[in-house]
Amino acid sequence: MSQLRKQGLTRRALLSRAVATGALAVAGPGFIAAPDAAWAVEVTAISEHQMATLLQMARDIYPHDRLGDRYYAVAVKSYDVTDQKQMVAEGIVALDAAAKQAGFDNYLAAGWEDERVAILRSIEDTPFFQTVRGGLVTGLYNQKGIWPIFGYEGESFSQGGYINRGFDDIDWL
Amino acid sequence: MAKAAKFDLTDDSVVVIVGTGAGGGVLANELAQKGVKVVALEAGGRYLPEDYINDEWESFGQLAWTDPRTTSGDWRVAKDFSGLPAWIVKAVGGTSIHWAGASLRFQDHEWKALTNYGPVEGANLLDWPLDSAEMASWYDKAEAKLGVTGVGGRARLPGNNNYKVFEKGALAVGYKEVHTGNMAINSADYDDRMACQQTGFCFQGCKWGAKWSSAYTDIPRGEATGNLEVRDHAHVARILHDDKGRVTGVEYFDKDGNLQMQKARIVAVAGNSFESPRLLLNSHSTMFPDGLANRSGQVGRNYMRHTTGSVYATFEHPVRMWRGTTMAGIIRDEARHDPSRGFVGGYELETLSLGLPFMAAFLDPGAWGREFTTALDSYENMAGMWIVGEDMPQADNRVTLSDTTDAFGLKVANVNFSDHPNDIAMRNHAYARGQAIYKAVGATRTLPTPPYPSTHNLGTNRMSERPEDGVVNKHGQSHDIPNLFVSDGSQFTTGAAENPTLTIVALAIRQADHITREMAAGNV
Repeated sequence: MSQLRKQGLTRRALLSRAVATGALAVAGPGFIAAPDAAWAVEVTAISEHQMATLLQMARDIYPHDRLGDRYYAVAVKSYDVTDQKQMVAEGIVALDAAAKQAGFDNYLAAGWEDERVAILRSIEDTPFFQTVRGGLVTGLYNQKGIWPIFGYEGESFSQGGYINRGFDDIDWL
Repeated sequence: MAKAAKFDLTDDSVVVIVGTGAGGGVLANELAQKGVKVVALEAGGRYLPEDYINDEWESFGQLAWTDPRTTSGDWRVAKDFSGLPAWIVKAVGGTSIHWAGASLRFQDHEWKALTNYGPVEGANLLDWPLDSAEMASWYDKAEAKLGVTGVGGRARLPGNNNYKVFEKGALAVGYKEVHTGNMAINSADYDDRMACQQTGFCFQGCKWGAKWSSAYTDIPRGEATGNLEVRDHAHVARILHDDKGRVTGVEYFDKDGNLQMQKARIVAVAGNSFESPRLLLNSHSTMFPDGLANRSGQVGRNYMRHTTGSVYATFEHPVRMWRGTTMAGIIRDEARHDPSRGFVGGYELETLSLGLPFMAAFLDPGAWGREFTTALDSYENMAGMWIVGEDMPQADNRVTLSDTTDAFGLKVANVNFSDHPNDIAMRNHAYARGQAIYKAVGATRTLPTPPYPSTHNLGTNRMSERPEDGVVNKHGQSHDIPNLFVSDGSQFTTGAAENPTLTIVALAIRQADHITREMAAGNV
């Protein structure tokens, strides 16, 4: 499902090609990437700014400090298609306009989560916001890769259930 | 095993049953065992334990009824899940694949809600034309069929981590009747089904077959008699009748989408509280312009879904609530009728857990930001319980035909529901008690969680003594059309506080006895 791939780029090379997108991710032509080059996501239909904005929105809507950006990138990657291009473009124009009203150059330029959340609250009834939020419920939380970070163990049938693996092992009561 | 029967479409000696869940599946087997020829039509496909999936969304995609439905009313489900008023199953075995297994008898007073609660403003209470004494022997049979724990000499299940937190909190606040429940989940091998392996995922279909479901018990046993034919992917469109007002058969779309007509001596409707009234309403005719069995105007009315909600709580240390039997834990002290609490009827508290994906979807639908995500951050340290209480039947909480149509061009069910003030008072009481229970064992945060899309769908073809008050008599037989029966939870007069499946099964066993007798007597 993900178009993520490890980029063979040095941190310096990435930074030199980057445009400012706040602290989160670095955007270059055709991709956005982690500042440390740990991951990158290609963009094809939508712009780097739009993908970086979606990624930051995803973090601000469902912030989990122990989840790396790559999980959020996977969750919003599905908007990088022609079908979604117009919805994304219009939504982000409106989001950046709301940010301007709040005194920032754009959404990504707001440095504190609280500031960005206030901007999101001002557009939370829009179809754009609700589409992105609703998509994240499965796009983020149904990634099996994040389950261990929450302690969730997923399926257990193949291991014989928990009858001999701690269904009643609570020790602090 | 005998080869499953195959009946001709023109065979008008068969009983046609629409739906194969706890009601229809049991009725089909019980009739087949008595030598009655049955054609069971099931809209969904056939899945067995080896097919079930230990993954919440994937399983939902496999089993859930996701055909269109519409919603209205002030319930939050209409806003958050407008096309999904219920989380129920479309498959051979119906929602008996998904149910949690809690198998409780009604309390004596609940059979006579109007008498015992008195009239409640805005509610449409009615006494059942049945009582505990009448139902006792049928409950005995149902409990034996399902292998219910804690009765009949069957041991209760062991408590899991979620139960241990729940039990300690319950005892700390003074509750007395606290145990791992009466569950249709084997604590030891029983009736060719193995014991529970504490796997979790009870809602996704039990891969061990330790939980009773008609999918792999009553259905194959009925087929083995040679008297039952189950046709899956058969979507019933309408019930037909003759000029004497007797039903004569059903039209259905087969798995290839072709319209077929199966003749019938008797038709029994068991498609759940949305699909059963929908089918009766969609079967309107010149003789029955308001739909079949609807001279009273009661078809679709008095929809009940139990007063529900959940309470989750986070703790300093891990609970891992998802491990083990999902609902093997109950507090019964609040199930009594005690109007001094500010509401009539009572509620049960039962252990519950969701996996991380469904917790994200259902904890607080629509919520976002850190209040929401910090709760999920503590998922591993979370315990959970479910509230299930008696809700008030209301005439306008009802299933009607929507302007939306399904893939076959048939009008779908619109489900209108608004809470009665009694429902709200009960839910708030239960939220407070649930939170107190968890605080008594050191909860760091408590989360009173709104109701999910309904799983207990009741009423809409209710049973009544007098024809003007309901749709069916005390045998689930239409007041208007003697060879038309209702065999699912839609026949419930009132909902009681208990999970409904055991009562649906008991009524189906009883109904099979009645149908067989009436057939022998030549009355139907």
